[in-house]
Amino acid sequence: MSSPRSEFLAGIRAELPLLLGVTPFGLIYGALALEAGIPAGPALAMSSLVFAGSAQFVATQLFSAGAPAAVILFTTLVVNLRHILYSASMAPHLRPLRPIWKWLLAYLLTDEAYAVTITHYGARDHPSTAPKHWYALGAGLALWSTWQTSTAAGILLGAQIPPVWQLDFALPLTFLALLRASLTDRPAVAAAVAAGVTAVLAASLPFRVGLVLAALVGMAVGLWAERR
Amino acid sequence: MTPWLVIGGMGVITFATRLSLILLAGRVTLPAIVWRAMRFVAPAVLAALVVSPILQPAGTLDLSAGNERLLAATLAGIVAWRANNALLTIGLGMAALWILQWVRP
Repeated sequence: MSSPRSEFLAGIRAELPLLLGVTPFGLIYGALALEAGIPAGPALAMSSLVFAGSAQFVATQLFSAGAPAAVILFTTLVVNLRHILYSASMAPHLRPLRPIWKWLLAYLLTDEAYAVTITHYGARDHPSTAPKHWYALGAGLALWSTWQTSTAAGILLGAQIPPVWQLDFALPLTFLALLRASLTDRPAVAAAVAAGVTAVLAASLPFRVGLVLAALVGMAVGLWAERR
Repeated sequence: MTPWLVIGGMGVITFATRLSLILLAGRVTLPAIVWRAMRFVAPAVLAALVVSPILQPAGTLDLSAGNERLLAATLAGIVAWRANNALLTIGLGMAALWILQWVRP
């Protein structure tokens, strides 16, 4: 019989391999945020107030490009649209819980925590009466504390990294690696190609609206490719 | 606009997307096409974020061999496609840029 404690520890254990992959991203984010001109305090606070790696990387790039606040906020919304999908698929499992649990687990709902938690909820050999929300909490908190510490370390060490290292190049490379992982089928590839071409063509538009335009064109082309 | 206001706004927006349907499940329904389009958000946004700083490092399109970042990213792209390994992609991409800089100062 699983207890809250055993569920919590199992959640942490399941998250461990992902933490290895997340740590370098936290370090890179911390260093890049400083380079983009974001002061150390707000850069660190972003990791707990926003707590979304991809949105933080995108915001960092937009900050350094001098994009206005409205563009940063709208881009954050676009980048985080996938969380609505996660939210929908978690909803039936969290329905019996008290509101405090729903709010807490929503705050901790990252790509990495969602991936292991939804797998656990879907596991058939597990008794349905198990307190699985403790598993979600364990996975979420493991990721949260790793993200906070690796970000802080990146901010501390980042200031000492010489510019000749061109650390800012790690950002497009990070996106490239994440892009590869997202190319799961042909329609996804079509969406990426269309968005990439649009981004280049729209680069001269003001306020970097080209990014949002590219995302919308990519989504439309993805849908079109799926129907063929 | 101070960074604090932007970061606070980003936090509210991010939390709202995560809480949205956990809280509203059963009370709102979205058109099916919205659900189907959402899985293309990640590849589209990421592709747009990759191409601009690599193809247009100084603001204008630069497809010449003098664009060291394009050369390094092409290598990283091949590694990413074959290995699908984030750390390997980033590590080899950075190493390629450093070597290119060192060979052609």
